[in-house]
Amino acid sequence: MQEMMKKRAKTLLADGTVSRVIGWRRGEFSYDVTPAVFETAEEIDRDFVFDAFCGANVSKYLIRESAKEDGRILAFLKPCDAFSFNQLLAEHRVRRENVYLIGIPCAGKADIDRIKKAGIDGVTGIAEDGEDFVVSTVYGDERVKQADVLAERCLACKSKRHPVYDELLGEEGEDLPDDVRFAGVAKLEAMTAEERFDFWRSELSKCIRCNACRNVCPACTCENCVFDNPASGISQKAAADPFEENMYHIIRAFHVAGRCTDCGECSRVCPEHIPLHLLNRKFIKDIDELYGTYRAGEDDGTKNPLTSYTEGDAEASVVRERGRA
Amino acid sequence: MKFLKRTDLDRFLTAAAEHRTIYVPVDEEPNKSAYRRYKPGTPVSQGLKTTRSAKDFFFPQTENLVGFRIEDKKIKILDPRTEHEDFAVFGVRACDARSFGILDKVFLSEPVDTYYQNRRRHGLILTMTCRRPAETCFCTAFGIDPASPEGDVVFTETADGWYIEPKTEGGRDFLAPLEEFLEERDDKGADEAKARTRAIMEKLPLAGLKTDSFGGGKTKELFDRPEWASLSEACIGCGTCTFVCPTCQCYDIRDYDTGREVRRFRCWDSCMYSDFTKMAGGNPRLTQKERFRQRFMHKLVYFPENNGGEFGCVGCGRCLASCPIHMNIVKVMKTLSEGQDEQ
Repeated sequence: MQEMMKKRAKTLLADGTVSRVIGWRRGEFSYDVTPAVFETAEEIDRDFVFDAFCGANVSKYLIRESAKEDGRILAFLKPCDAFSFNQLLAEHRVRRENVYLIGIPCAGKADIDRIKKAGIDGVTGIAEDGEDFVVSTVYGDERVKQADVLAERCLACKSKRHPVYDELLGEEGEDLPDDVRFAGVAKLEAMTAEERFDFWRSELSKCIRCNACRNVCPACTCENCVFDNPASGISQKAAADPFEENMYHIIRAFHVAGRCTDCGECSRVCPEHIPLHLLNRKFIKDIDELYGTYRAGEDDGTKNPLTSYTEGDAEASVVRERGRA
Repeated sequence: MKFLKRTDLDRFLTAAAEHRTIYVPVDEEPNKSAYRRYKPGTPVSQGLKTTRSAKDFFFPQTENLVGFRIEDKKIKILDPRTEHEDFAVFGVRACDARSFGILDKVFLSEPVDTYYQNRRRHGLILTMTCRRPAETCFCTAFGIDPASPEGDVVFTETADGWYIEPKTEGGRDFLAPLEEFLEERDDKGADEAKARTRAIMEKLPLAGLKTDSFGGGKTKELFDRPEWASLSEACIGCGTCTFVCPTCQCYDIRDYDTGREVRRFRCWDSCMYSDFTKMAGGNPRLTQKERFRQRFMHKLVYFPENNGGEFGCVGCGRCLASCPIHMNIVKVMKTLSEGQDEQ
């Protein structure tokens, strides 16, 4: 796939279709790739990489990149990235005419933290070998099943289909059933209110307020976040007490409700490994149950049940009547 | 040399905790640990590093500095400071141990930060050698030897326990009531363990990292380098690197009106944040490129320039492990060093 992508990128650069390419740049230890913009074939030959660790969702960068008066930029989007891009498009945050989209298939991305959790460290290189990764380390070679170190969000993948693209590389996939995705939420729903409260207090109290979840989130695109605005009265750089961090995450989850595409970037970047995606996924599940299945990023956004009214909409009392669920 | 058997660690810490509060690294999940107050039986993490650094003990993320209350047309000043309790932090690695010296240069030089000083005076550092350094480690680039950390008491780890050396008066006092748990062994095992650690460090991927291109006096050479643009382009402007960093020391001071009184507190700030050093008249760093550059110039140029050549990084590698987009000081150093060779 990497070679196909590089070849296509160079062709589109050469024929003038695009002036830039956003992709991933090679790192120091083979898993630490960085999103990067490439402008020449030489740069692509030298640094462009696409492998199991290129999980970062580059859609959000396209807000900035598509605003530039510098021709079109080529972006390779995995299905989940394409949902994010489409949602940004629905919110008029990206300029479609300045982006050339190539949909790439995705079999799931690896999570280096899960490799480390298996007790592997001192990593000097990682190679794919059939269904395994062979991890070279200063303490000897290790072998892990690729399926065992997939990111959480990939285990709960909602779709292998690209809702938006200009062309596709490889085979297009299909939507996947939601039951796996909502299993974690169902577990939380089965708890008593006290257990659930304790669960979230314990998770959210780890928060260091680095804002990585917010800054990486493709649904968080305010020019100036309320938490960064000293005039708001609630601007905060560090939590004054545990209540603060709790509120920060709850307010954020409310703000992206109906717009979150469940790309899982929030949980990927959290240095404290807080399962933030569960908050957003609870909203998605509730919306599905109250208004019928809706996937943000699937279309132009006009059907977003939280911002459009129909006579059949659930009344507020429905939530109460449903009891604890 | 004194030796503590692994099987005696719990008894040792239990006895130590009778004299002062002990904090130990505890696994929250595999490969992720945090410092917790030790209670008898608390399982001590075998991991290399805590997610957050040990600086939190001396420079907490938030703290109240002073309060003001209006009573009968008078403003009463509330001082929240009390003498800190005696405590010890166990299992601190050489990188974090060096970071305290760096923070001292900031907080203990005039005017002395009495909040920080209070905690420093009451805190003992019990350091441990590294048996299994990670690929993200590069402390040796800054002259740190993970086989011989600084600290009040050094624990040199082997398979079955720790060789123990007090390095300060405080360290000797700490060990005095704990002698019964220690046995005498010759130094051979300690020397072997140290040699093993040093041999591993040489094999790590970042072993050859060079600092030659950086240091005091390099501002003019590095400030306008074109590479800052591409290095910073993917930065999402979060504060992860600064908040897990053992040497990042910037803070903001704000007032909070509780309704009854005003509390003036400080909290960590991050040069990666858009309102960092925002002041009357504007913000000196308007783009992420400038904020990004500030972080690395501070550690690699400004800090050594103002502190006798000492770098403001200890190579702990936390930022390498936690940056959402894997941009970090090592990539910055390599990129800028390369460019310099060509010039």
